[in-house]
Amino acid sequence: MTSFWSIWVIVLTLACLALIFGLLLWNLKNYTGVEEGESCGHEFDGIEELNNPLPKWWTYMFFATFIWSVYYLAAYPGLGNFAGFLNWTSSNQGVTSLEESKQATEEAKANGHWVQLDKEFEAADERFGPIFKAFAEQDIETLAKDQKALEIGQRLFAQNCAQCHGSDARGAMGFPNLADNDWLYGGTPDKIKETLLQGRVAAMPGWQDALGDQGIKEMTAYVLSLSGRKVNQKDADAGKAKFAMCAACHGMDGKGSVAHNLPFGAPDLTDNIWLYGGSQRAVEETLRHGRAGVMPAWKDILGEDKVHLLTAYVYSLSQEK
Amino acid sequence: MSQTVASQTEYNYKVVRQFAIMTVIWGIVGMGVGVFIAAQLAWPALNFDIPWLTYSRLRPLHTNAVIFAFGTSALFATSYYVVQRTCQTRLFSDKLAAFTFWGWQAIILAAAITLPLGITSSKEYAELEWPIDIAIAVVWVTYAVVFFGTLIKRKVSHIYVANWFYAGFIITVAVLHIVNSMAVPVSLTKSYSIYAGAVDAMVQWWYGHNAVGFLLTAGFLGMMYYFVPKQAGRPVYSYRLSVVHFWALVSLYIWAGPHHLHYTALPDWTQSLGMVMSVILFVPSWGGMINGIMTLSGAWHKLRTDPVLRFLVVSLSFYGMSTFEGPMMAIKSVNALSHYTDWTVGHVHSGALGWVAMISIGAIYHLIPALFGHANMYSVKLVNTHFWLHTVGVVLYIVAMWISGVMQGLMWRAVNSDGTLMYSFVQSLEASKPFYIMRFLGGVFIVVGMLVMAYNVYRTVVAKSGSLTTEANTQMA
Repeated sequence: MTSFWSIWVIVLTLACLALIFGLLLWNLKNYTGVEEGESCGHEFDGIEELNNPLPKWWTYMFFATFIWSVYYLAAYPGLGNFAGFLNWTSSNQGVTSLEESKQATEEAKANGHWVQLDKEFEAADERFGPIFKAFAEQDIETLAKDQKALEIGQRLFAQNCAQCHGSDARGAMGFPNLADNDWLYGGTPDKIKETLLQGRVAAMPGWQDALGDQGIKEMTAYVLSLSGRKVNQKDADAGKAKFAMCAACHGMDGKGSVAHNLPFGAPDLTDNIWLYGGSQRAVEETLRHGRAGVMPAWKDILGEDKVHLLTAYVYSLSQEK
Repeated sequence: MSQTVASQTEYNYKVVRQFAIMTVIWGIVGMGVGVFIAAQLAWPALNFDIPWLTYSRLRPLHTNAVIFAFGTSALFATSYYVVQRTCQTRLFSDKLAAFTFWGWQAIILAAAITLPLGITSSKEYAELEWPIDIAIAVVWVTYAVVFFGTLIKRKVSHIYVANWFYAGFIITVAVLHIVNSMAVPVSLTKSYSIYAGAVDAMVQWWYGHNAVGFLLTAGFLGMMYYFVPKQAGRPVYSYRLSVVHFWALVSLYIWAGPHHLHYTALPDWTQSLGMVMSVILFVPSWGGMINGIMTLSGAWHKLRTDPVLRFLVVSLSFYGMSTFEGPMMAIKSVNALSHYTDWTVGHVHSGALGWVAMISIGAIYHLIPALFGHANMYSVKLVNTHFWLHTVGVVLYIVAMWISGVMQGLMWRAVNSDGTLMYSFVQSLEASKPFYIMRFLGGVFIVVGMLVMAYNVYRTVVAKSGSLTTEANTQMA
């Protein structure tokens, strides 16, 4: 806010409060020229008005709210750019990225500013941090069998992951099923943790321009045949001839990047599990226009300890019980 | 009563009668839609998968119908009546007054058609699209011309306090409506607000809260200042109290909007300022309640026999209750619990059904016999029945919403010993369901009461002028 608008706010606020306060003081006195309790002498359609004094208790309440409001506006932000003597803010307002936010938190700490959100995070970390720290010291395989750890992991999952992957973790269109032991980036504890910590970005390019309508039809037939689906054999053979362009990510056998130790997140095309739908139409759509999948990185949002526990929960979902 | 009849030649009662009758009709429509959407919240299948009947489209229809059709028709009726009688002069222009009636009804009809069609600007309580907004501005400015024109040609030296409140409400609503509705049209049925982001939100709630503060509070205080002393036959308790609380009320309300945006992207200073002004506002708000209730000193016994006065006095109690509750909910730490819960819905309805509807109903029961040349309503007993139906309905409604609201707030913030949330959202929804049914029942009571009122008004209007006497009625009560 520029100083002009700051002054504007301050002047208007104080003037409004002062005028109301003056009005109250003025009306405490009897200026009407009529005895208290008597009629003011006006009459409107038979209605008269008495000159009774303001009720005392009501006047005291008025004074009390005034005193409180002056204190509050002195202590907290309210009067334009004046920060208030407590140096309090609800959060680091105006930050536009995680880096800026972290920087602002550090600066506020150094300057002794009271940032409510930072304090609340700090307090929560202090209280709940040790619980997660203790779990983080155990390895994921062990935690995946620890009932207590899994309970907490499930709650974390419900709050942070269920929006996309579903509360039963069985996924949805475009969001992988986490309970079927079919992995885009690997299903070992380490790989799952890596996915959670750093996030993943997957891109399937669109092939409409390169393949044309006929080519898309043929490739669809071949891809479906890889999962043992009944297709037009002539189309599938024609598709197979061009599959080399897909092999870079999915492998020549179509078994996906995990099978070939590649980092692309390209799905296994031979297991009849379909991230974006397995109907002929859906596969054609995928081939034509491509797909883009994003898993956010949780390291900075949840912290490593919670991610560790979440990893154990996600890992446990695809293990034999 | 002969005085009233004689004065009919002097005053323009036609427009008052029209607005008074429409108040009852729109009340039934608006509250009826309210009951229907309350039922949808308990039994969602009731939208029958028809887009025009979905909650999202009918909810704005409900709010527009009760605020702008029912409430504002009551304000038009009473302000035109009160300003004539307390200024002892006829309305400034009969033609312009007739224009405000037909114009306003046309606007309500346009709202009733466009909102179910899904045509909306998406601003709460300002959903109507730009052509209707322009029509509202034109009718409202005409209303101001009629009202202030009448004030100017008054035959008494002072301006009565009821008219201060009506005047404040008319001016401010014009300013609020015009500023908040500023938009860039892209077609006849779609426009976009000229404001963006947090500024848009702030302008919207500056409008939204002052629709409550000026339309639903100041306007109805104007009503209160005429009908309470008139019905009680007592002088207004304190002239000086009315001076303080009028000026304090109108100058504080305009700041209070930010309390709708606590804990949002609104800057801290704006939130604090809105909260401070909202808390002080509690005191002048109670000034109005005190002045109304104390006006009854020496006339308390009349409450035993006069259900109309009962409506008016109980409305003041609800006014006092919601104007205590409102500033409390504006305090940030209380708001952290109450925001986005049904508590807010309960608060609004204790104001809307308890204060606004009851003072309007009381005023209409006072007006109808006066306008149609009778000493009383057709049946005072039915007025009493309406009073109890309405009171029970309001209590059921707000108690249901208090419980469900506080419960939601507590469930949403409950955490396990590991810091994770204890309940998912859908669990809080499940827990609220019994209270949604209770709220629906409360609404049914209220609408049945309104139907009783409509019958009673109908019988009064069609009765031979002068045939309904006080004597015949006191026995019935």
